[in-house]
Amino acid sequence: MFRISSTALNPDALRRELLDSRAGGYVSFEGRVRNRNAGREVCLLEYEVYGELAEKEGARIIAEAQRKFAIFSAACAHRRGRLKIGDIAVWAGVTAEHRGAAFAACSYIIDETKKRVPIWKKEHYATGSSDWISQPAPGKTHKPVAKRKS
Amino acid sequence: MKRIQVQYFAVLREQAGCSEEKIKTPADTPAALYQELCRRHGFTLPAGGLKVAINDDFAAWDAPLKDGVRVVFIPPFAGG
Repeated sequence: MFRISSTALNPDALRRELLDSRAGGYVSFEGRVRNRNAGREVCLLEYEVYGELAEKEGARIIAEAQRKFAIFSAACAHRRGRLKIGDIAVWAGVTAEHRGAAFAACSYIIDETKKRVPIWKKEHYATGSSDWISQPAPGKTHKPVAKRKS
Repeated sequence: MKRIQVQYFAVLREQAGCSEEKIKTPADTPAALYQELCRRHGFTLPAGGLKVAINDDFAAWDAPLKDGVRVVFIPPFAGG
């Protein structure tokens, strides 16, 4: 299951959809809006989603995880819209018989989602300015996508 | 001329001033269409940094553009 949501993500409800009596391990990841990025104070984030392609690509990532790792079930949900500091932007969860596969699959799902699912993030700063942010090169912080047209 | 529906997101949406438009174009590929739209809207992002989708699937920049399709130029993104 890969889902785009316009309302708050509820990790307890999402977890309940995954768990079953076979699962010896459950691993989840919550990506939350933090108050700083690249040295700038962030007030809120705005996520814009190409919904049709995001859900298709997201479903492909979940299917890949099912093939690559010895897991029972996997799911990922991502917000669209305006989020405040501390809100959950993305959630991924995996169940497996043992923890190793669950950790690996959860990590794979969140990494591939960030790389491949067309979701844009606009940071609004304490200074009143804002920037669209692109995926950074490994080890680098997020950078603005383009300079504003003057 | 082909009739193409173009949809914009994020920085391209802001630079185009709309989230979608229907255009008539002689462009045969997404690459040619993007060049035309750069002239029209003054997009600042080079095509090299973008991806393109036709009818909600990723496509090649030199894929044939058929009449009536929906094209999305996908600026660099950063979910999560």
